[in-house]
Amino acid sequence: MALRQCAIYGKGGIGKSTTTQNLVSALAELGNNVMIVGCDPKADSTRLILHAKAQTTIMSLAAEAGSVEDLELEDVLKAGYRGIKCVESGGPEPGVGCAGRGVITAINFLEEEGAYDDELDFVFYDVLGDVVCGGFAMPIRENKAQEIYIVCSGEMMAMYAANNIAKGIVKYANSGSVRLAGLICNSRETAREDELISALAAKIGTTMIHFVPRDNVVQRAEIRRMTVIEYEPQAKQADEYRQLATKIRDNKNFVIPTPITMDELEELMMEFGIIDEIDESIVGVTAAAEVGA
Amino acid sequence: MAALTREETEALIQEVLEVYPDAAKKDRAKHLAVNDQSLEKSNKCITSNRKSLPGVMTIRGCAYAGSKGVVWGPIKDMIHISHGPVGCGQYSRAGRRNYYVGTTGVNTFGTMNFTSDFQEKDIVFGGDKKLAKIMHEIEELFPLNKGISIQSECPIGLIGDDIEAVAKKANKEINKPVVPVRCEGFRGVSQSLGHHIANDAIRDWVLENRDGDDSFPTTPYDVAVIGDYNIGGDAWSSRTLLEEMGLRVVAQWSGDGTIAEMEKTPKVKLNLIHCYRSMNYIARHMEEKYKIPWIEYNFFGPTKIAESLRKIAALFDETIQANAEKVIARYQAEYEAVIAKYKPRLQGKRVMLYVGGLRPRHVIGAYEDLGMEVVGTGYEFGHNDDYDRTIKEMGNATLIYDDVTGYEFEEFVKRVKPDLIGSGVKEKYIFQKMGVPFRQMHSWDYSGPYHGYDGFAIFARDMDMTLNNPCWKQIKAPWKAAASEQVAVAAGA
Repeated sequence: MALRQCAIYGKGGIGKSTTTQNLVSALAELGNNVMIVGCDPKADSTRLILHAKAQTTIMSLAAEAGSVEDLELEDVLKAGYRGIKCVESGGPEPGVGCAGRGVITAINFLEEEGAYDDELDFVFYDVLGDVVCGGFAMPIRENKAQEIYIVCSGEMMAMYAANNIAKGIVKYANSGSVRLAGLICNSRETAREDELISALAAKIGTTMIHFVPRDNVVQRAEIRRMTVIEYEPQAKQADEYRQLATKIRDNKNFVIPTPITMDELEELMMEFGIIDEIDESIVGVTAAAEVGA
Repeated sequence: MAALTREETEALIQEVLEVYPDAAKKDRAKHLAVNDQSLEKSNKCITSNRKSLPGVMTIRGCAYAGSKGVVWGPIKDMIHISHGPVGCGQYSRAGRRNYYVGTTGVNTFGTMNFTSDFQEKDIVFGGDKKLAKIMHEIEELFPLNKGISIQSECPIGLIGDDIEAVAKKANKEINKPVVPVRCEGFRGVSQSLGHHIANDAIRDWVLENRDGDDSFPTTPYDVAVIGDYNIGGDAWSSRTLLEEMGLRVVAQWSGDGTIAEMEKTPKVKLNLIHCYRSMNYIARHMEEKYKIPWIEYNFFGPTKIAESLRKIAALFDETIQANAEKVIARYQAEYEAVIAKYKPRLQGKRVMLYVGGLRPRHVIGAYEDLGMEVVGTGYEFGHNDDYDRTIKEMGNATLIYDDVTGYEFEEFVKRVKPDLIGSGVKEKYIFQKMGVPFRQMHSWDYSGPYHGYDGFAIFARDMDMTLNNPCWKQIKAPWKAAASEQVAVAAGA
């Protein structure tokens, strides 16, 4: 099987890293060779696989050694649960330097050092919240990830973010082979969430590939720095991740997305009662002014 | 050949514009003009200080070049860190020939390159810590430095390093001025914004340092020379004239200059501005804050020198005014001898210029003193106040070109057929290969000084040896020369 490279995007805090690690564990359980590339300076994309606080990152090792050319692949690549290969790009503390450049440097290093070997079936890039600059778009540029999965929920901001990410994909889809492969709904238990995300997916030209319900076992496993798949393989939630993994393995629905306008998105949310009809007369009016009127 | 008429010059501009696509043509048309001395304001005929078009081979530099290369770099007793990757500092190192007195590497640092040499990790993690460390290494290795400036290269602005915080901290630790300059190369349309940013940094981090300290004894004759970068020793041959007329030059900005001189400048009675473009900002600031008047002067060629000395003297008492006359008289025999020697060899020769801040207008007088005529001129990064000052200096119907493109310059030269071109090193070899005598007028082609009476003698010699060099007669391939001679012989027969 040819190597499939997938990137996971989505609003900050939506559960990208947790979903990715559980999904990757399920894929490994199915017998796949998988690598996770964490593209976030926080370096928390591999902790559940490695049972570690945070993996030592490419950029921090490079800074110690002098330059990234001084590193060897085995310095940065760690194997965890079921042999899943883990690597973190790393980057600066908040407020200094350029995290985007860190992602570019790290991915270039992995390529040059031959981390993408023939035995791999999947690579998953777990990318920081929003595509804020060119660096965080690195995983979806030419010859990198071809399938993008967006993690979202029925909350307004998560859907905004999903639509924005779809816009970013269009830019690179037109010049390369990157495609949107589906929305993963990580449930926040909002009203009619599955219908809403399915509707959003349809509007932007894709599908909701799986609805992952909310379950406290995820947190229990996380406290132990484990995925649900490893911590409690019989749990119902583990099966949800297995279903997600199977669906992704069998997925052939790769599209150039058709992101919608702000108005269309708001209409959709109104339809599902996420937001009320906007009353233009109250826009920009302070509470004090309302009382006075 | 005879000078072009106004109509011919206008037609030439139209013809040159013809090759451009419509949008480029429309834009470039605004930057090319036929001089009209009757105009008071240049904005009637020319647009300047706009973004260059992609693909036109502009000759401009960047904001870092304007700050590090022009304004700050020559301050000899400070160490100027080119903050960012190594190339910006290394490839511009010592190229401008700002002469200075001192022992390089001990108490002066002008021709050295100090850089934070950014690597990948500095971009990703930020360069602040490295910068702070460099300050201390500098203190240890070069303890006689009198201060440090941080000249930002492009990445600093992109990754948002807080160089001001590092500067403030280092200033307390080493107890010397540490000046952060936000002159990232991508800012603005040319080096001009770099001059402005550098001036603002002097205003914010240097000029106030000795406010309220009256220990420096002053005289009524204290002046500062501003905007002379001492290229090939220009400031020295200027300074002597001012001193001979009884003025005391307290500060030289920034050629052969020091940070102490800069700090003392608010105490002078008059600021003398040579390069208006790069230093007018700080002169205006001192006028506003310290009530120091400023005037522009021009020390190229005896006519402009005499004019300028009298203009400066008029702002002082009768003794100085009398001294100015004495200075002019003292040098008269000398400069007349120069003119007597070179004018017969240069009379009637036509020059085209394309240079930087002040020379496109300032050197016209020096050429005229030698009987030469400037028939085309333009500024790399001038603003309209520069062109305002140029209109009256240039003859009617001469060519004016702003931010000239490689193509335009070549075409103008082919048609105008000047006897000499004065421009930069990037233009030099193109025109020499076209068989046109050329002087590199940024750093005086390894010569100089050109300022003052002493400089005029060197200027005249250089123009003569370039223009009348026998090599230009050898430019034609022998077989072609033979053919044309045969034709001439046949025609004669």
